[in-house]
Parts: sequence; C-alpha cells; structure tokens
Amino acid sequence: MSGLLDLTASQAAAAITSGEADPGELFECYRERAAADPLNAYTWVADQAPAPAEQPLGGVPLAVKDLFCTAGVPSQSGSRILEGYRPPYTATVVERLARAGAPLLGKTNQDEFAMGSSNENSAFGPVLNPWDRARVPGGSSGGSAAAVAAGLAPWAIGTDTGGSIRQPAALCGIVGLKPTYGAVSRYGMIAFASSLDQAGPLTRDVSDAALLLRHMVGERDPLDATSVDFPGPIATPSRTDLAGIRLGVPSELTGEGIEPGVISAFQATLELARELGATVESCALPHAPHALAAYYVLAPAECSSNLARFDGVRYGYRADAGDLLTMYERTRHDGFGVEVRRRVMLGTYVLSSGYYDAYYGRAQRVRTKIADDFAAAFSRFDFVVMPTSPCVAFELGAKLADPYAMYLNDFLSVPASLAGIPAMSIPNGLASPPDGGTPLPVGFQLAGPAFSESRMLDTAFALEQALGFDGRAVRV
Amino acid sequence: MIDRDTVLHVARLARLELSDGEVERMVGELGGVLEHIETIAQLDLEEVAPTSHVVEVGNALRDDEPRESLPREQVLAAAPAVADDGFAVPSPQA
Repeated sequence: MSGLLDLTASQAAAAITSGEADPGELFECYRERAAADPLNAYTWVADQAPAPAEQPLGGVPLAVKDLFCTAGVPSQSGSRILEGYRPPYTATVVERLARAGAPLLGKTNQDEFAMGSSNENSAFGPVLNPWDRARVPGGSSGGSAAAVAAGLAPWAIGTDTGGSIRQPAALCGIVGLKPTYGAVSRYGMIAFASSLDQAGPLTRDVSDAALLLRHMVGERDPLDATSVDFPGPIATPSRTDLAGIRLGVPSELTGEGIEPGVISAFQATLELARELGATVESCALPHAPHALAAYYVLAPAECSSNLARFDGVRYGYRADAGDLLTMYERTRHDGFGVEVRRRVMLGTYVLSSGYYDAYYGRAQRVRTKIADDFAAAFSRFDFVVMPTSPCVAFELGAKLADPYAMYLNDFLSVPASLAGIPAMSIPNGLASPPDGGTPLPVGFQLAGPAFSESRMLDTAFALEQALGFDGRAVRV
Repeated sequence: MIDRDTVLHVARLARLELSDGEVERMVGELGGVLEHIETIAQLDLEEVAPTSHVVEVGNALRDDEPRESLPREQVLAAAPAVADDGFAVPSPQA
C-alpha cells in the first residue's frame, strides 16, 4: 500500500483494523526508514516485525526512548556507563503498549540520563533536527521527537522531567504531552529525578497523542509505588470550538527572555483561541520566575542519589583500577559525560552537610508555592497557556559553553513539572530565529489541573484543527 | 562559596575522579550556576511547608509474600566481573 507514510498512527491503526492496511507491511516500511536514519535519532532498530495479533493499536510500531528498559535490547540511557547493557526485564509502559498493539520499532537517542535540552549530551552523538540539520532537535527526548517529525516512526514515547518531552516536540514541530505525575508507571525507566520523571507520548498530531496515552495510563502499577489509578479512560478528542474554555496567560512566562518570533506566534494563537470562543485573560504565577532555580536544586539532588548505582559493579562499563575506591571514581569519571558529572556534583553539593536546608529544603518550599500558584490560577481558568520553549531550534554547539544558558531553555516548562500537573505542546507555526534564516517550528503549551488530560487534549484538538500546522515537508 | 577544596570534597562524596583541569572548570561552572540558584534565598518561605509529594496518594502497601526474583545467572550476565556466583570487585586495600 502506497501512502503508508501519510497516515497518522491513529489512521494507520484504523486502516489495519478495517483490513485496508497490513501491519507487517507498515512495520517493514518504518523499519527500513528507521534503519536508514539520517538524523542519528535511533540507537537500535528492530530486525523483524512481531507476529500480528488483534489489538486495539493494530500493530503500529513504536519508537522508545533509550532509557526505557527493554528485555534483551540495548538500554543505555544515552550513557557510556551502561555500555552493552541489555536489561533482563521490560519497563511496564513499554510492555503495556506492546500488549495493546504498539510493538517496539527501535530505541531512540537522548541526552545522557535525560539531562539536557539539546540532545548534544549523548554518548551516541547529537541528534539532528529534521527542519535544519545544523540545529538541535531539543532534548532530552530529541531522538523520539526527530524520528516522529521526520516520519522515521509513526509515534514515540519519551520522558519529561523539566520539559524533555514538550521542548523537543516544540523544536521539531510535533505534539508532546507530559502526563500528571503518577499517571504512567515509572517501573523500568532508568531514573533521573524520581519526583519529576514522567513518561508520555510524542506524536504527529493530537489524536495520536490521545490514543497512545489511553494505553499508557490505567490501573496503578504494583511495581511503581508512586503510580496511581487514572480516573477514566482518555477520550478521543473531537472539539471544534473553544466556547466556555477559559485560558489564563501568566505574565511571568509570556514576556521577557522569549524570542520575538515565538511571542508573535503565541499572540496569534491566543487570537485564534478567542475566535474559537475561548476567553483569554492574564493571570499570575508569582513564583514561576523562581521555578528554574528550584528545579536546578531538586533535579540534580535527586540525580546525584539515583546515579549512585552506577559504580562499575553490577552492569555496564568498568574502568581498570587497582583498588575499589579508585575503580568507583574512575568508572564514574570515564562513564559519565560532562553534563552528568556537573549535575552529580551540583546535587551532591546541595545535599551535603550544612547546605541541605539552604538549598534542598528551600527549593521544596518554593515548589509548594509554585503548586499553590497553579491551584489559584485553576480556580479561575481551565488551562494556563504559554510558549513551550523560549526559542526555536538553535545551532549545534551554540549553548554548550555556558551551562546556565542551556538551563534557561527550560524556564517555561519546569513550573508544570514542579507542580506535577499535565502539560502539552502543540506546533503553532513557524518563526525565524533571531539571526534570520529558515523559519522553524514553534510550540504552544497548555498546562492543566491534575488528571485533566482528556479535556486538555480536546482543547488542543480544536486549536490544532484551526491552526492547520503542516509538518509534511520534513517527512522525506 | 565554591572553591577548589569544596569541589574536591564534593567529588570525593560523589565518588567521581576529576583531573586538575576539570576541578578548575568545575569551580567556575558550579559557582556560576549556584549564583543563579541563590535567588531563592531572598524569598520569605518561613510559613511554607516543603513539598513531599505532588499528588495526594495513600501508602502503597502490598502483602508481604515472597515472590520469585530474577534468575541469578541472568543478573550476573550484565556484570563486568563475576566470581563465585557473585559480583567481583578489586580489593579495597590493593
């Protein structure tokens, strides 16, 4: 069947169910494309399609971020320290999706241990943005985002700690959703910051995101004590207007520090939302300007604890050394990349004796204030909206010299992460980077109360239909 | 403030070997990031409770029943060095 590539994942699943498309042929189409990947988006590609079975997702293959453990299949979280690691078990969410009919197509490149906003911190080298291969795809789920945007995968999953699904989705012109904390099991996800990490879909459109998410959430996983029963199934989005929808625009996250092109696209989308019947008013998130500082205490603190397990004893890389302490220290030096070392150091420092209250304790209090700000906003608004990323895709290497310049990419996405609430990004147009050049995708972000995913997807669907964003140009 | 000795102390706590050049670089980079982070010191947070968990959940308890674990040989297969059915490491005193 020709035109397989033109079908969204939902359309492909429907075509398979009605007998118009063959799941083996679809798998092979994408397998070949993934194997010839020109973007360094994949770290591993399956060699054959699984046996067909009748399942709700029809057998539409799935690209999976490297950090999800997949039994017998390389899972390194983009790090040298897990060189050659093939886990003996599979992450719950990958297993659930395979059972629902989304079998593993391949593993995707990412920033090492999900730490980064450009995918340049990978032991496998950077992923290239399909809109301009001299630019980054965003991170840390850059491989998943680039693969979906370029048509190297029908859909993908990634993880979001401070924006790692939403920001690469924005920079690659696709849809990305970070669910409510606890909605998706973290069992088998190689941990970065356990109180923030959450898996979610990266897809061509909103309908695909809803369909994939429906099969990621559900009953709580006994293997993840922080997972929860998701209230009700994710609905199929169908809204065509926004009558009665109240959107809050936080002044703190829609002004300073954002590229003019991104702001113009954002304003145009707000105007469109008004035309569709939404009310759009400004709101306040007074503590949002402190979210980035709190995040860069909490996430490194949790990472320094989680990454203590990588010591050259049980799996992966081990450096040669005569004694045990030197073996640990050298293994961790050689096995971790520069950014991971930096965050382990930062996290160890803020947790060290004498500094805990000043940094970690205060950051957890800031986190409470940020959650309170959102709660107050949701008493007046259905969703808070802002751009996803302050900039369009930047050039490879542009922000590597200054760690804080890279961290600033996250300032619009970390507030929702700290509050544990769902947030998603949809492409809302193209904008030229400040230095001129080819227009690149921009993302529009919605954040809603815990477990508001179905309404959020419905709202995003109405916007998507009206926006008419066309990403076909990069699916070549 | 972050100086060379602090970096060396923290690196030891983190079990991370750093070359002299890397220590120097870390002094500058950590100092730079901490300068931004320290803005939260200005906030009045006296009456604010620290977040312990973002969504309300009860205790996740299960029955205390023995279950099968992963087979030993499968787990050891991933290890860099194995001896006597266990993980082998260099001597602490070598």
